[in-house]
Amino acid sequence: MNSAAELRVDQVHVWRGDRHVLQGVTLHIRRGELLHVSGPNGAGKTTLLRVVSGLLRPESGAVTWNGVAIGQAREVYQRDLAYASHEPALKSDLTPLENLRFMVGLKRRVSRGELLGSLQRTGVADCADLPARVLSAGQRRRVAMARVLASAAPLWLLDEPYTNLDSAGSGLLSSLLEEHVAAGGLAVVVAHQPLELAGTRQFGLHA
Amino acid sequence: MWTWFYRLASPPFVYRVAAAASPWLLAAAAAAIGYGVIDGLAFAPRDYQQGDAFRIIYVHAPAAWLSLFSYTIMAVAGAIALIWRIKVGYAVAAATAPIGASFTLLALVTGSLWGRPMWGTYWAWDPRLTSELILLFLYVGVMSLRPAFEDPARGDRAAALLAIVGVVNVPIIHYSVQWWNSLHQGPTVAKLAKPEMPGSMLWPLLSMLLGFMLFYGAVLCIRLRAEVLNRERLSAWVREAVKS
Amino acid sequence: MSAGVDVGVWRALGLVLERELLLSFRRPDQLLQPLVFFLIVTTLFPLGLSVQLSLLREMAPGVLWVSALLASLLSLDSLFKSDADDGTLEQLALSGQGLVVIVVAKTLAHWLVSGASLVLLAPLVGTALAIPVGAFGTMLASLALGTLTLSWLGAIGAGLTVGLKRGNVILSLIVLPLAMPLLIFGAGATDRAISGTSTGGALYLLGALCVLTCTLAPFAASAALRITLE
Repeated sequence: MNSAAELRVDQVHVWRGDRHVLQGVTLHIRRGELLHVSGPNGAGKTTLLRVVSGLLRPESGAVTWNGVAIGQAREVYQRDLAYASHEPALKSDLTPLENLRFMVGLKRRVSRGELLGSLQRTGVADCADLPARVLSAGQRRRVAMARVLASAAPLWLLDEPYTNLDSAGSGLLSSLLEEHVAAGGLAVVVAHQPLELAGTRQFGLHA
Repeated sequence: MWTWFYRLASPPFVYRVAAAASPWLLAAAAAAIGYGVIDGLAFAPRDYQQGDAFRIIYVHAPAAWLSLFSYTIMAVAGAIALIWRIKVGYAVAAATAPIGASFTLLALVTGSLWGRPMWGTYWAWDPRLTSELILLFLYVGVMSLRPAFEDPARGDRAAALLAIVGVVNVPIIHYSVQWWNSLHQGPTVAKLAKPEMPGSMLWPLLSMLLGFMLFYGAVLCIRLRAEVLNRERLSAWVREAVKS
Repeated sequence: MSAGVDVGVWRALGLVLERELLLSFRRPDQLLQPLVFFLIVTTLFPLGLSVQLSLLREMAPGVLWVSALLASLLSLDSLFKSDADDGTLEQLALSGQGLVVIVVAKTLAHWLVSGASLVLLAPLVGTALAIPVGAFGTMLASLALGTLTLSWLGAIGAGLTVGLKRGNVILSLIVLPLAMPLLIFGAGATDRAISGTSTGGALYLLGALCVLTCTLAPFAASAALRITLE
């Protein structure tokens, strides 16, 4: 992996209607770092994540990945990132395995075995062939985590990933995050609970 | 090098220029339309085929022309705004849409009035009028799309994209309606065709066309100022301008 | 932790196509509803007008086409809606494949499911409307081209209106005027086939329209989606 992997956000401004949601936000993270974005409701945490993912173009300012503006090499950047919004983003008519195959399969060639392995790591392998609509909210969140794992992307962008997870699930998520970061990955995690994992830096947004 | 272009497109600049230009445009429009109406109604000779009925062309033709012209302006302004992210383009597009729609309506009404003595009925699916009608639908589509978005910035972008798609379709629609009409041409229906135009008939027409365009420009400036003011209402220069 | 082997455009197209078809067939009721609507609307015309065969034959191309248009509009609403609602549209937009590929695959799948099934049902409807069998070839060809073009125009409209309240009303408002040339050429071709005159011109024009739309619409539709996703 590119040892110079780094994400920079420079003076990003975003307006939503009349609200100046992001006012000159600047941050950067490198390999082995986890950025914990916190702040009150309406502070713009989700907006920031969407700007970093490239879904939302800021009014002004720049986001660069490995020195390249993300707008220049959109597809390449997208293959390096895994984005989890606060909905688990699953088709309820498809099984977790199918969901993963159609999502991860667009980013890289992946075998059924690998996908099953990811589902196993997040503890939902036994639901792999059930339609997603019968899964509980917590199980769906775990499938979403499996998707992030299976994508093998260096940059993780997670929006409230702890939602709906029980204590076992939260523990699992934290250990997955720690492993990812220890192996040289980067993560930006929006969470309103405290996050004190190894390699964590704090970033607060105010409304 | 582009900085002068961006300065040209800056909202306060546009606001001031529009304010200065509109009275002149209005005056020139009044003169051109005045001459056109008087000469066209009173002095131009009667057409040997259509009698006095053809005189409605002095309003109908410029209105139809302007309806197409406005749509093009709306699409071009939207395209400039989308591609180069020049926000004033969205204001121009929003300001011009209702003006264009009104011209389309005017063209339809005058066309229908013209049709009455020609066909004996107010509407006979003449190809040119049918194209105008479809153009009106296109206008309505763009004008309905923009306010449907909660975030006005997204509404602007969506409306701009739709206007561009529409402008590509206008020639296609026009041609297809001509083709359709050639299939179903009844024996008695005569198209709303311009009669043969000697100079004395043509000059008032050109003058009306010029007058309508100037009028369009004037009204656009007035509406544009309101649009710009509304869009920039939170910025400092607006607060200054409103105070004075 | 490398990103692994790249997924090419064709493979991605195939994958999204497979996904769409799988999703459609798991909801067979959603597949059938527009078809039933097609039949119902077609029935409205003879009920409202006349059953005289000669009159029916004259209105048949128009009735057939208007019904097909309206039935297609119904199914267009769901092109992006379900994905937008459950968050998977964002995932597709971030899949590294570019929105154009996604849009092409989804629209193609939509046409295969709804447009093609309308074409398959057309002989039945054509017979009910007293269209002579000799005109069937032109009728089917025109419907096939027309529904494909409509799927594309609809993709642009759906991309612009997904997520709007009463989005399907605005969708119809936007798409129908753009679809009028389609209607003219398609019904015109069928009409000429019935009356025995040459249909080549109309079909070629329809084909040209189809090619133009298939070329430009993917870009317009993906631009529309990008605007929506912000």
